Parts: sequence; C-alpha cells; structure tokens
Amino acid sequence: MKKEFVCISCPVGCRLTVWDDEGEVKVSGNTCRRGQIYGVQEFTAPMRTVTSSVPVEHGRQAMCSVKTAQPVPKERVQDVLRAIRALHVKAPVAVGDVLLEDAAGTGAQVVATRRVEDRRKYS
Amino acid sequence: MVRNVEVAIIGGGPAGLAAALAAHKAGAKNVLILERDSFPGGILQQCIHNGFGLHYFGQELTGPEYAQRFIDEVEKIDSIEILLDTMALEVTPDRRITAVSPEHGLVQVQAGAVVLAMGCRERTRGALNIPGTRPAGVYTAGCAQRLVNMEGMMPGRRVVILGSGDIGLIMARRMVWEGAKVEMVCELMPYSSGLNRNIVQCLEDNGIPLHFNTTVVEVHGRERVEGVTIAQVDPATRKPKMETARYVECDTLLLSVGLIPENELTQGTGAAMDRVTSGAVVDAARQTTAEGIFACGNVLHVHDLVDNVSAEAQIAGQSAAKYAQGRLDKAETVDVTPCGAVRYVVPQRLVKGEGEAALYFRVGSAVKPARLTVKCGDAVLKTLKKPVMTPGEMEKVVIDLAKVDGDVTVCAEEG
Repeated sequence: MKKEFVCISCPVGCRLTVWDDEGEVKVSGNTCRRGQIYGVQEFTAPMRTVTSSVPVEHGRQAMCSVKTAQPVPKERVQDVLRAIRALHVKAPVAVGDVLLEDAAGTGAQVVATRRVEDRRKYS
Repeated sequence: MVRNVEVAIIGGGPAGLAAALAAHKAGAKNVLILERDSFPGGILQQCIHNGFGLHYFGQELTGPEYAQRFIDEVEKIDSIEILLDTMALEVTPDRRITAVSPEHGLVQVQAGAVVLAMGCRERTRGALNIPGTRPAGVYTAGCAQRLVNMEGMMPGRRVVILGSGDIGLIMARRMVWEGAKVEMVCELMPYSSGLNRNIVQCLEDNGIPLHFNTTVVEVHGRERVEGVTIAQVDPATRKPKMETARYVECDTLLLSVGLIPENELTQGTGAAMDRVTSGAVVDAARQTTAEGIFACGNVLHVHDLVDNVSAEAQIAGQSAAKYAQGRLDKAETVDVTPCGAVRYVVPQRLVKGEGEAALYFRVGSAVKPARLTVKCGDAVLKTLKKPVMTPGEMEKVVIDLAKVDGDVTVCAEEG
C-alpha cells in the first residue's frame, strides 16, 4: 500500500510517496537523502517524542515539564500520556530526574525537563 | 540610591541570559539582569515541546532545558546578578533605568551600557477587530500555553484555533493531548507560516483539519464562548465571502496571529525604529542609534529559532561590555536596505572595516527557487541560491566587510 507524507527534514517540504516493493521500502518525491531516510522511518515505524507537564507537590512552581527520554512509537503516544498523567511528583526536581522508568511498556523513560525547588525552603 | 553597573540587561529570557554571559566573557566587571517574572528563562519555560537547540547545541532540547543550560552558566558567575519580579519602567538616553519590585521597591540603575532584551508579545483579538460578543474563552495561544503547561489549568474543552503560526500548531496538539477536542485551525493566508514539522506532527498526527483562506468573522456567547462563525476569504482581497459563512460550536477560541516586539522602553531612549521589524535600527554590533544602548532577540525582530536569538544576544552582550569599557570604536555607518522579495534585513546598518558580517533577513512571500544577491553599489558582494525561501524562515548571508564602501542592498528574486 502506498502512503504519502510531507517530509519534515527541511523547509522545502517534499511530498513523498512511500511503498513496500516486495519487502523493500521505496521512496519517491524526495530531493535528497534525508527525505529517503525520513520516508522509510515514517513508513515502517513512525516515532514521536512526547512532552507534557505534571503537578509537583510543594513545588515552587505548580508544574514540572517532562519528556520521554527516547522517542516512542506514534501509536503508543496516548498510552504514554496516560502514564504521565498518573505521575505523582514531589519537589525538589532537577532537570534529567527520571520520573518513570518505563512509560506504558515502551521502554522509554520519562524525565523532568525543568528544575522545581521545594517551596517550603523559601517561606 | 542609584546602583552603578557596567552592563544592565532588560529581560532574563534567552536573549538576556546569553547577552549577560557574553558581556561577562568580554570583560564586564558586573552585569545586572532585570526580569519581571519570578524565574529566569522567559517564554522558553512554557515551550515544553522539543526541537530547540539543534543549531546552537547540536541536539534537540525542550524549551525549559535550553533555558536551564544558560541559567546554570549564569548562576556560576558571581558578577552576574538577576533581579527577579522586577519591572523596568524607563530607560533614558543616558542609560538611567528606573524599575520597581516588591522586594526592592524603587530601583534606580546607572549603566555603562544597556542591552534591551524584552522579547515580544502576542497580537490579541483587539488587534484583529473580530466582531461579535465579548465572552470568556478567547485566549492568545501563548496565554493558553502558559495556563496548560505552567499553571496546570485547561482553558477549554472544544477549541477553534485562528492562525497557523507555530504557537497555534503546537497548542493544537497540546490541547488534544490534554483531552480537549480541537475542531480546526483556520488560516487567513493561502499558506501557513508554521514549520512543516509542526503541521505534520501537531495537526496531521491528530487529525486536525487546517483550512486556508479562512477566518473567524464572529464570536458567539454571552458569558462563555458558545461558537464562532467562520468564512472563507477572497485570496486577493482577504475579505470574507459571507455566503460561505458557517457556524462552528466551541467553547474556546485560541489566537495565533502574530507577535509584536515589546518596544515601549526602547522608544524612551530615542532610538530610531524600523517600521517593518517594529524593532530598533541597529548596526552589526546590535547598537541602536541611542549610544550605548543595544538590542537583541525578539525585541529587535521576531525570530523563529531560539538558536538565532542566542547567537544575536552574544553579539549584543559582547558589544555592550566593550562600549562600557570604551573599547567600541565610533565609526561611520552605511545603510543596508532590502529589495525584491526581501522584506527586512537586520542589522540595518554596517560599520565599514575588516572581518565579516552576518545579515539576517526574511522574505515577504514564498520564493521558489530563490536567488539572493548582496550588492554594494554595482559591485556584487555575494550571491546565494536556495530551493525555497519562505516568510516563516529567517535566512542568513555572510558578507566580507572589507568590500563594503557604501550602502548595501540585499535582493531576493525567483530564479
């Protein structure tokens, strides 16, 4: 089955057509190698980095932003978001702190992307 | 009491932080940053999505991570001080700053050099004059972004977005990911000013329709938004074709309809302004026409990549330190003017001399394929070809200053 994508590798935005030619993934419409790589990846296993933010108990800020440390399969994004929504985080949090080891069985960690200090230290 | 500092910086966002570090590295004995929010980092703190830093750090970071790298650096340096919750009210031509803060009351600063790094703000419903009632539920996209990502509040459940700039696209995905239904994104123009990447990953991934040549012609609802009327526009005149009007039920309208450099303080310095960028006129050192007052980042011209803001702020910070120590030579300048499809160029002036200067510019409409020519009189300084130039992407060209002996033009044409 042929699929069509707009390449996101650069501003040109080539319209790619990608199909499976007896086990080999073929790309047309690209004008450079990056389009070829993007087309194959998007056709075979589209991946996305998920970012969100979670409430922090006694944080100096209400929320701490988070991301998956690795991209996750596109079709698992909603599951990963659900796992992130269930997180309970307590201040202090440092950038890079692992908040969840394995997001919804994807193997990707969820890490903090912002520093949130304990507000009780400042009152 | 008046505090004396070598370099004062208005704004502790990406531009202000990078300028402070550069001023310190260039030998400034003390640097003071005035920031109105309760923490440094500026707008990056609410831009929790990734994609920042590919050019500057060579890796993909989220906004808060990008900011934290600069905050960590600044915190290591004792001679850089940040006053938080501090709002600058005035900058005079002789570099006297008046600010207020709950902790320090009235703050007066006399600076050897000033770097303006106040950033920009969003255009609102008032700027568009959308007819209809005035209910709750109409937000700028950036305001909604702060509510969702930093305050943990949802502005609404059923959303229409007007404007397909990057913030609007990013917020379309963000609202869906937090459980809202995004009915559509309407774009007045026949193209989006947002990145392809965001159209694909924010809209297409989530099945959100993008309607070009379409705008909101009326807002409905008394207390709360109940719906909007949308209509197609004539691509030539951009006037709505009322026979195409239709009602869309929603409780929230998000606006992503442009950014305006926040230059009220700049005007008090008497610096000449560029009517196209809505920022100050600067030379390659990012000095405005008000001596010793520099500008960088989104207050100078709206950038699409923070990486470019950091690079520009380094120039401004370094120049400010040099000026404060009497090491920035005064020299005659030449004008840099846009022509053809080029809408503006920053810097708008150049000092003749040695070395190279990077000119940043934007085209007014898409040029495909594009040929760029930089000229000084009849002499061609540089030519450049690109498969496409679009209004949404800032372009850069580097020229050799030794060849500049008069006014410079930067011209983009099809071909």
